[in-house]
Amino acid sequence: MIHSRLKDAFVISTLLLTTTLTPVLVKAETAEEKGLAIAVEADKRDSGFTDFTSSMVMELRNKQGDVSTRTIRLKTLEVKGDGDKSMSIFDEPADVKGTAFLTYSHALIPDEQWLYLPALKRVKRINSKNKSGPFMGSEFAYEDLASQEVAKYTYKYIRDEKLNDVDCFVVERYPAYEHSGYTRQLAWVNKDRYVAEKIEFYDRKNDLLKTLINSDYKQYLEQYWRPSEMLMENHQTGKSTLLRWENYVFKTGLSDDDFSRNSLQRAR
Amino acid sequence: MKQYLQSSSFAAVVIALTIMTAAFKTVQADQFSGYVGVQTRNFFQDPISPEQHNNYLSAVAEPEYFHAWDDATQNLEIKLFYRKDQYDDQRTHGDIRELAWTGVYDSWEVRAGISKVFWGVAETQHLVDIVNQTDLVENIDGEDKLGQPMLRASTEHDWGTLNFFILPGFRERTFPGAEGRPRTDVIIDTDRDAIYDSSSGKEHVDLAARYSHYIGEWEFGLSVFSGTGRDPTDFVPVAVSASGETVVVPVYSLINQLGFDGQAFFGDWTWKLEAASIEVRSGNKKGINSFKSVVGFEYTLVGLAETNMDLGFVVEYHYSDQRITTTVFDNDLATALRFVFNDAQSSEILAGIFTDADTQTIGSFIEASRRLGESWTLEAQVRTFHGTKEDRPLFSYRFDDFAQIDLNYHF
Repeated sequence: MIHSRLKDAFVISTLLLTTTLTPVLVKAETAEEKGLAIAVEADKRDSGFTDFTSSMVMELRNKQGDVSTRTIRLKTLEVKGDGDKSMSIFDEPADVKGTAFLTYSHALIPDEQWLYLPALKRVKRINSKNKSGPFMGSEFAYEDLASQEVAKYTYKYIRDEKLNDVDCFVVERYPAYEHSGYTRQLAWVNKDRYVAEKIEFYDRKNDLLKTLINSDYKQYLEQYWRPSEMLMENHQTGKSTLLRWENYVFKTGLSDDDFSRNSLQRAR
Repeated sequence: MKQYLQSSSFAAVVIALTIMTAAFKTVQADQFSGYVGVQTRNFFQDPISPEQHNNYLSAVAEPEYFHAWDDATQNLEIKLFYRKDQYDDQRTHGDIRELAWTGVYDSWEVRAGISKVFWGVAETQHLVDIVNQTDLVENIDGEDKLGQPMLRASTEHDWGTLNFFILPGFRERTFPGAEGRPRTDVIIDTDRDAIYDSSSGKEHVDLAARYSHYIGEWEFGLSVFSGTGRDPTDFVPVAVSASGETVVVPVYSLINQLGFDGQAFFGDWTWKLEAASIEVRSGNKKGINSFKSVVGFEYTLVGLAETNMDLGFVVEYHYSDQRITTTVFDNDLATALRFVFNDAQSSEILAGIFTDADTQTIGSFIEASRRLGESWTLEAQVRTFHGTKEDRPLFSYRFDDFAQIDLNYHF
């Protein structure tokens, strides 16, 4: 579920990759073709990472400025030709310590997701079709943190624009997923790195709901860009959530056995 | 004075745990966690027995230690439990919930020691979940379990997950003492020896296995158990208490149990089924076959009325042919609403009723919980019983409507 590729606004299934190797600079392409091509390029640049582990601190802020903190560790395994496998383990708050999620994500069919409740020693399969709800009371919805398979959206290139002196493509994407909480998302994609600097989320009534700012990108293994901070602001409630990412380690040698339901129970 | 002693011993537990926390936190790769808390139980009506009370106070501690090594392929888990109750000497109890070593060898996982496992999918009753005995004095909902000595081997493959269990050391169910509440009209005395009606008695080594798998939106498990049944098959009167109440001891028999649990996801619907077939292999009820099942669904409205709140509808129907013992869940419908607020405090409310189709007996429950700040949780529950008939199990609880509040500090 929580997935570090969420920083890359666009990720693509290998399936689409083989059929849409349209170069970005080909003339007379439509806005839709150009939008998709940007997504394809972003995915291509982020593929081949094999696996990684990381941790994050999640700070929830309400309108009054009260802060509530969660700390979560994550493991992700790249799966060729399908969505990734991921596991997230809660360290704080203390009452949910050891609680963990295991997700097998897919492009076109619903993800499989299990929740481990350590007090009951219960592994519970979750009905994961509807992902529009908030993750752990934060301003991030489950779908914001899920594996962003390219087939989950259609795309449209809007314009070029400078954002904080960075040249960006502005691309709109429309969820193909019928249970999505959004009509559209507007993303500012860094032209040099092919990562999202900013995303605006529009709700089912097409009103601006949230803005995500990704900042302080760092490059790993001379290829993979990851933001150190992600700030999601909800314009309708005045609440915000800040994710601070730490301890990225790529190619740690994780395998399928590390993403089993047995391993979920001993994850902490 | 008695109350003073209890609160000072509670304070001593808190201080000891605080020191232990500080000591353990200095050791790398070790995790020390758990909670301490206080609980109040207030009954709305006077009790049946003069020995019982209207208001109960208790304190609880559940410290936990976890250590993983060898690239996390081996770990040690220890979880201790202790509750001190103001009046009920049976509810004042301790248990080793976990004291187990786990080792991982390729696709196999081996676990040895005292531990707990959960089987099943239903929310309002756990039919196939037989490995661990119920710690009934904790709560009448049966959600709390005693630690079970076990040797477990588990392997997970593309074709499913297999678990094998060897279970030495039978655990007797806990029951409230004479002063405890809610409790049955008769006093179930666990200080006396229980009756084991098989020749191997309490020493029988039980065996169990479970196969589980999922195919897309379908998930299922098949389980077998052979050994001393966790549910008493009978109660035998042995004495009369000072206040004139009958004192009984539980009878445990050898059984074979075959269990099935499955669930399927269709849109926002989750359909669930648990069924168990039980054969008694010893004692007076030897040869009896019994069947029980629970079938139901959970439907969730995500983002109720454009808020962040989810509303779940839980409906489960319970059936038992009652050939072994009379049970509460013989022909009952459980309906409940689950409000999940999805807020920073993880607020949740589960409220519902059990209705008996034959006797119109109604049991109601409300369970609410939220986090306070970063380290505290507050839980409140109310349980009531209406229209209980004299020959039915819930009749004992006819004056036992109560509210319970739990305040816990987690570390």
